[in-house]
Amino acid sequence: MEQATRERRMPAVKYIQFDGAEQTVDAPVGTSVMQAALTNGVPGILAECGGAASCATCHVYVDEAWVERCGPPGDDENDMLECTASERRPNSRLSCQIELSDELDGLIIRTPETQS
Amino acid sequence: MSGPGTVIVGAGQAGVQVALSLREFGYSKPITIFNDEGHPPYQRPPLSKAFMLGKVGHEGMYLRNPDYFDRASISIVCDQVQTIDRVARKVIGQSGGQTEYEALVLATGSRNRTLDVPGAELNGVFSLRSLDDATALRGQLQSARDVVVIGGGFIGLEFAAVASKAGARVHVVEAAARPMARAVSPEISAYFTRRHMDRGATFAFGDTVLRIDGKDGHVVSVQTAKGGLVPADLVLIGVGIVPNSELAHAAGLATDNGIVVDEHLVTSDPSISAIGDCAIYPNVFSNSMLRVESVQNAIDHGRSVAARLMGRPSAYCAVPWFWSDQGEDKLQIAGISLVGDIGLTKGDQAGGRFSVFLFRNDSLVCVESVNRVADHMAARALLKTGRLGRLTPDTVQSETFDLKAYASKETVDA
Ligand SMILES: Cc1cc2nc3c(=O)[nH]c(=O)nc-3n(C[C@H](O)[C@H](O)[C@H](O)COP(=O)(O)OP(=O)(O)OC[C@H]3O[C@@H](n4cnc5c(N)ncnc54)[C@H](O)[C@@H]3O)c2cc1C
Ligand code: FES
Repeated sequence: MEQATRERRMPAVKYIQFDGAEQTVDAPVGTSVMQAALTNGVPGILAECGGAASCATCHVYVDEAWVERCGPPGDDENDMLECTASERRPNSRLSCQIELSDELDGLIIRTPETQS
Repeated sequence: MSGPGTVIVGAGQAGVQVALSLREFGYSKPITIFNDEGHPPYQRPPLSKAFMLGKVGHEGMYLRNPDYFDRASISIVCDQVQTIDRVARKVIGQSGGQTEYEALVLATGSRNRTLDVPGAELNGVFSLRSLDDATALRGQLQSARDVVVIGGGFIGLEFAAVASKAGARVHVVEAAARPMARAVSPEISAYFTRRHMDRGATFAFGDTVLRIDGKDGHVVSVQTAKGGLVPADLVLIGVGIVPNSELAHAAGLATDNGIVVDEHLVTSDPSISAIGDCAIYPNVFSNSMLRVESVQNAIDHGRSVAARLMGRPSAYCAVPWFWSDQGEDKLQIAGISLVGDIGLTKGDQAGGRFSVFLFRNDSLVCVESVNRVADHMAARALLKTGRLGRLTPDTVQSETFDLKAYASKETVDA
């Protein structure tokens, strides 16, 4: 992360709330999609465990066009996603497990109706 | 937004949650949080994990971006509350400032228990509670060769894993017969002991520290009762916490190993609540007065009080859950275990993917999972609907029993 920060690359992420409100933020490469939201005051993500993949309150839907570039959830993440407060869909991910990279510049994320 | 609103003492996980939830629920009166730490509100769990590993910096620790609070009209006052004037309904800060309240929430958290032995004040001897503690400790860890951890609780062991990874020789001195003895089953203690030893750590159980020796003001060794003299250039003391209940006590509120509250988290004064680490409350899962030190507890307490202040009271009964990351292992606990609960281990213990099912009176009360996220999440879902307790040792023991499958079947049945 140190290195990435030094190079100052800042991919953009667009968050679309359940009610349709949109917010686009730039965050350094290496930051998680969850952290980028919290740091910039984007609502809809609680992240009670602070990114330890232990709470499932950072559940998001990845825009269809980006699902492949984000990759599939890991095994543990997959199990966590079974128990989200809002419905799990094929494009469900835990936002704390998606790390921003140049390839994800322009990423579109939708937050679910509820996290708890 | 005029007149007195809600005043919150303590800007930790619990205090901040009350403010966030109040605004989320549409509360329109003023909210003031007293913060005595000199940092924007931050989370503690990564202090002994990602932050200690150097994976995140200070900004990554903040609960919200600092200007978020401004935008949400939550005023954060950098001051320590010294006195509660319950008659005039106001708090008085160290700076002399007075703030009136309509509702007061005490979220003062806890502090580390100190170890009363000679040498505890030497350079190189640390405790770990705050961002400042963690920053200082992380700075010295780089050059440390011999680390002694006094107290084999969660924080001590999480730090031990990081120190081993950093290349230090780690020795853990624990007064009890096993690590994390107050919080987990013997099966879990045994597994984690072995895992830490695989990383090169050594343990002394049933041993206590008599004194810490120094040279030129810096620690050089630790003298234990049974184990003799252990070399040390860095010592972490992690021997538990003490609730910050003095402020409440001085105001005449009931305290007893914490600030005493009822099932609505109200103190002996109806306009004052207490939440998080500092509160002792009737816990429905242990059926006893309990003080819980966890993020889940702090957050759910915060939400519960906010809902009550918005006119939607309900007795606190949120499902207790906890996690601890030690090296590569993820421990997750759902429910509350008590001494005497009977454990049944399922899964691959040698391969490090298993759960311990804990029974009280033949009823499942708690599931401790090691790298078995599916079990953990299923247990939480079942605790929420009150169905976990229907499971008996006979059912769980069966070769074919799977908690996740059972949980989804139960959902369908309902
Ligand atoms: C290193 C570490 C690792 C942890 N890891 C985990 C984990 O993995 N999982 C988990 O569930 N839990 C973990 N915990 C526990 C968890 O962080 C705590 O239970 C939680 O922070 C409690 O929140 P709180 O708001 O009640 O108290 P605190 O976080 O202690 O906050 C209380 C705040 O109030 C302030 N305060 C006190 N008195 C006053 C006053 N008079 N005026 C103004 N301010 C005051 C304090 O300075 C403090 O800032 C960990 C704790 C530590 C220290
Ligand atoms: S923040 Fe808890 S699982 Fe992502």
